Amino acid sequence: MSDTATTASAPAGEPAPALGAPEPRQRRLTSRGPRKKRTSLVLQALMVLMVVYTLLPLYWLTVNATKSNGELFRSNGLWLGSEISLWDNIVTTVTYQDGIYLTWLFNTALYSVVGAVGATVICAWGGYALAKFDFPAKRLVRAIVFGAITIPATALAVPTFLLFAELGITNTRLSIIVPALVSPFGLYLMTVFAAASIPDSLLDAAKIDGANAWTTFWRVSFRLMAPGFATVLLFNLVHTWNNYFLPLIMLNDPSLYPLTVGLNQLNNQVTTGANLEPVYNVVLTGSLLAVVPLIASFLFLQRYWQSGLAAGSVKQ
Amino acid sequence: MAAVSAPAAPRRRPPRDWTGLAFVAPFLLVFGVGVVAPLGYASGLSLFQDQLIGGRSFVGLQNYVDAATDPRFLDGISRVGIFLVVQVPIMIGLALLVALALDSGRVRGMRFMRLGIFMPYAVPSVVAALMWGFIYGDQFGLVGQLNAATGLALPSPLSQSWVLPAIGNVVTWEFVGYNMLILYAALRAVPEELYEAAEIDGAGEIRKAFSVKLPALRPALWVATLFSIIGSFQLFNEPNVLQTLAPGSISTHFTPNMYAYQLAFNANQVTYSAAVAVVLGLITVVVAYTAQRMTARQESR
Repeated sequence: MSDTATTASAPAGEPAPALGAPEPRQRRLTSRGPRKKRTSLVLQALMVLMVVYTLLPLYWLTVNATKSNGELFRSNGLWLGSEISLWDNIVTTVTYQDGIYLTWLFNTALYSVVGAVGATVICAWGGYALAKFDFPAKRLVRAIVFGAITIPATALAVPTFLLFAELGITNTRLSIIVPALVSPFGLYLMTVFAAASIPDSLLDAAKIDGANAWTTFWRVSFRLMAPGFATVLLFNLVHTWNNYFLPLIMLNDPSLYPLTVGLNQLNNQVTTGANLEPVYNVVLTGSLLAVVPLIASFLFLQRYWQSGLAAGSVKQ
Repeated sequence: MAAVSAPAAPRRRPPRDWTGLAFVAPFLLVFGVGVVAPLGYASGLSLFQDQLIGGRSFVGLQNYVDAATDPRFLDGISRVGIFLVVQVPIMIGLALLVALALDSGRVRGMRFMRLGIFMPYAVPSVVAALMWGFIYGDQFGLVGQLNAATGLALPSPLSQSWVLPAIGNVVTWEFVGYNMLILYAALRAVPEELYEAAEIDGAGEIRKAFSVKLPALRPALWVATLFSIIGSFQLFNEPNVLQTLAPGSISTHFTPNMYAYQLAFNANQVTYSAAVAVVLGLITVVVAYTAQRMTARQESR
């Protein structure tokens, strides 16, 4: 498995240098290994400061999600309160307003999984085509789609809303899922991965064996592209899981909200007093629960996003 | 028969093979629905105006003329302009510093550091803004507690004059690790021979950083900067979320995207919101194109 991942992230395409990142690293470890460098106090201190900066807010959130509402205002924000109410908070959060939090969690999971898996499969097909086939208008397709990499999703939210409003399909699940299926950056990455990991000879062999293009894709090519597929899937998952602007503008039925929109709305009600109970503990615990799945998947799938980032560093 | 023709035939593909197009067709379909159609529709819509009497009528570029002199829109543009001039260099500079420190091999606990600094990237920007918003706040926030405990009078980060730096901090926190990893990956790809050559020439660590590492990083630095600039122009999530906690400091036209969002829900301003969105999209394209040209020129040198 790890072998395939390294191969896929070190392709032979034009943007070679940074794509080969994992490999030179090994080279350097062996060639530099024996001369062990002294730890630099200045650099070490700098790095520790940075880690404290990046982890402190997450620590704060975790600690404060263990406190009851009253305790929140009484205790030191950087340390635990007199009692640990994490479990109570979780129960309150998932049962609050007839379990609206679980509805939001379900929606987020639905939008992310359908959107990200769909987008990644579509990117895999497209990347395979761009890397391995000649077809009419191929250069045009490449130019347009890769030109669109720099268009951020936020720039499309208002135009998409205006179009969908005209068509009368706002406030539906589809209005969130369909835009999530588009990932020009994913297509770019899959093209790079496909070019690097699928030998032409294998495709020719499959053709001679009489396999049609569809069977060849799933039986031969897809398996070779699997590590790249996982990378793109992870990035698409993060992207849809964190999506906020589009659902905010598109939806007005709370039972369709994803977590991001739901949490912010809850915070709105609590802060402005529109919600008579000041349930800060629900907002905090809900935020913590929303972060856990992504952090967990990043920890477990490290190899994939690291190779994807290496590829991303040379995209132009 | 197959045995005879097989060795000669396979080298040349037929001139018109539609298989590839079939594989890329689903992408083109969703690209059409999700990118081309909305942009096309919004561009078209931006050429009209809704009147109370007479309904929707074609007005040419009038909406764009209005936008060019709209104080609210210009206010938002200049705010994200200031934001990017300050925040982007700080964030990229920090990311560069950390990437160089990691690459120097003189820091312990590398794996943990790398993961820890990258972790905020996995946090939804809404949660990041909520979390920091509470930390900034004076109710059970750290700033309020610090003031109470020490008798200091630190200004509230959510006050009018501090809210933009406060947002800059949230954005830096979210993306510094992502940029660090992009730069770090590029550093890792520098061939060992370059360092050896520099060492033979008597270069020290700092000299190596400036003469070998920075030039090698240039493309990655450009990409990171380009995407950060584009992100700044699109600023929306963080100020939108913090608005609840700081309604007095963050107006509805605080950033151009917030303005477009507000306009889109105002029945009489829908076509104008389309124009604002199109202008923002065009700025993105121009920035990306300019940056690309500059990279290309540097590379050809």
